[in-house]
Amino acid sequence: MSNTFLSDTWVIARRGLKHMRRQPEALSDATIQPVMFVLLFAFVFGGAIAVPGGGSYKEFLMGGIFAQTIVFGAFGVAMSLSADRNNGAIDRFHSLPIPRASVLAGHSVANLIRALLPIAFMSATGFVVGWRIHSGFLDILGAYGLMLGFSFAIIWIGVLLGSLVSTPEAVQGVAFIAIFPITFIASTFVPTSTLPGVLKTIAEWNPTSSLANSLRHLFGNPGGIAPPGSVWPIAHPIAYTLIWAVAIVVVCAPLAVLQYQRSIKS
Amino acid sequence: MTENAIEAHGLVKRYGDKRALDGVDLDVARGAVCALLGPNGAGKTTAVRVLTTLTAPDAGTATVAGHDIARDPVSVRRSLGLAAQDATVDGLLTGHENLTMIGELHHLGRKVARARADELLEQFSLIDARDKLARDFSGGMRRRLDLAATLVARPEILFLDEPTTGLDPRARNDLWDVLDQLVAQGSTILLTTQYLEEADRLADDIVVVDHGRVIARGDSRALKRQVGGDQLHVVVADRADLDAVAEIVERIARTAPTVDAGARSVSAPAEGGVAAIAELAHALTEAEIRVEDLGLSQPTLDDAFLTLTGAPAPAPAPSDVETQTETVEQTR
Ligand SMILES: Nc1ncnc2c1ncn2[C@@H]1O[C@H](COP(=O)(O)OP(=O)(O)O)[C@@H](O)[C@H]1O
Ligand SMILES: [Mg+2]
Repeated sequence: MSNTFLSDTWVIARRGLKHMRRQPEALSDATIQPVMFVLLFAFVFGGAIAVPGGGSYKEFLMGGIFAQTIVFGAFGVAMSLSADRNNGAIDRFHSLPIPRASVLAGHSVANLIRALLPIAFMSATGFVVGWRIHSGFLDILGAYGLMLGFSFAIIWIGVLLGSLVSTPEAVQGVAFIAIFPITFIASTFVPTSTLPGVLKTIAEWNPTSSLANSLRHLFGNPGGIAPPGSVWPIAHPIAYTLIWAVAIVVVCAPLAVLQYQRSIKS
Repeated sequence: MTENAIEAHGLVKRYGDKRALDGVDLDVARGAVCALLGPNGAGKTTAVRVLTTLTAPDAGTATVAGHDIARDPVSVRRSLGLAAQDATVDGLLTGHENLTMIGELHHLGRKVARARADELLEQFSLIDARDKLARDFSGGMRRRLDLAATLVARPEILFLDEPTTGLDPRARNDLWDVLDQLVAQGSTILLTTQYLEEADRLADDIVVVDHGRVIARGDSRALKRQVGGDQLHVVVADRADLDAVAEIVERIARTAPTVDAGARSVSAPAEGGVAAIAELAHALTEAEIRVEDLGLSQPTLDDAFLTLTGAPAPAPAPSDVETQTETVEQTR
């Protein structure tokens, strides 16, 4: 039985990828939205935002948009899962002679592949608007590796969300009131040092900031590692980001699987 | 291996305080068509979900195709095809992709799955919709695709949960024809329905459920018999004869008949069966009344339902009422 796990997972993942191709509007958070943010911030607000230690704002911006887009990835998983829970697809899969874990695994694989799309897309857009990488091969590899790893962790938040919240509309609501602020109260668009009081503290400890700063550091862009004496997360962004990635997987993956199983039980 | 395709004993399923199933026993012979008939909320879908291993019962046991639903759910799933209540075809896949995916998940292999998909599209007159996304299908096409999907791996037993609910009369008739073919091929089918007519039309055995319990079972003739005897029924050619006929019928049936002036008919319960018919025919001839139709009819399943549950049979959805009157008009 379990010898069909991998092939069944792949069949269900292929279905998920077809869904994405045929619903371009559902892909907008991974395609159009980041491009809009790049253009908006690079050309409209960009001139007014100073990067600490000098340097190009466009180069500062890219790490932030990468991080934001990756965190938003949770939304896509949650949407596709809750849609399946509501339209009977999960029941159909469960009436077939496949290991039930392959349904969730298929979703995850499809969404991991989906996460690669905006990363590639953003890299190209960034290049067009003047983003340049000033680091070596290993650092670049590290940057893309970190993005992939964090995308994987984020999927489990998406599964948890998709299992907890009953309808796709509700997922949209949660995304708006939770995920959106998380990606904004961070060093996504402006350096944390420019934020006031409590927002600054939140931003400094927000893993979106540390992910953005890690990418800036690894790409050799401005705004990477904060000077010594800053709070630990922004002084050690890569370590802090990795700790978050591991913690999310360790905590959220089992919770997500449990909650998913409960959500499909009755 | 047991003799029956489906055997269930004492199935109980609770949702909070509510008993969706309250001790259901079920036997469906191989090759038989069994209809679970009941109003909305009777527990039909829950019974199907328990038997197809989608949900575990709180009490009771069942075997499907000889496999225990609790101990060997995978073998159960391998031997069944399920068409859930709300045709769960994948709207973002084409007709062909939908069937191929099911075939692959039945481990037929990609090539065989694709060939089987084409075969089924042909069989269900969906070949024109082969490469159309299922979200653009009509209701009837979705049902047919859903039914085709249940057949991909040639299962021993089909579970069809309200296969025709929401279809217009023509699509319903088409689907009935398809089901007739499946029956002719010897499939075992457990279907659920709210329509008495449908149960009567399709099933050998009817199990009437209400509030999670079986309240009656048998073939439709036996069910009708359980509810009451035959009815004498006369239709006259001339409306003016109605009073005279009513008198004659009352004398023979020894009870006041029902007179329907619009239909020019008189009917009454008949104790004597065929003897009563003979007597009535004789009396009508003597009175020189021109008769258009004369016979014994059994009560409808609607009458049966009324007697069994103490409540009228569930009214069809408003849209059904409209579409049904449409057909009446067409046939006139
Ligand atoms: N997942 C569920 N949670 C709570 N109650 C449920 C659930 N599924 C069914 N029920 C209840 O169980 C009863 C039987 O439902 P169901 O089997 O769907 O009936 P039917 O298919 O005959 O219309 C209904 O009262 C319904 O509200
Ligand atoms: Mg139902």
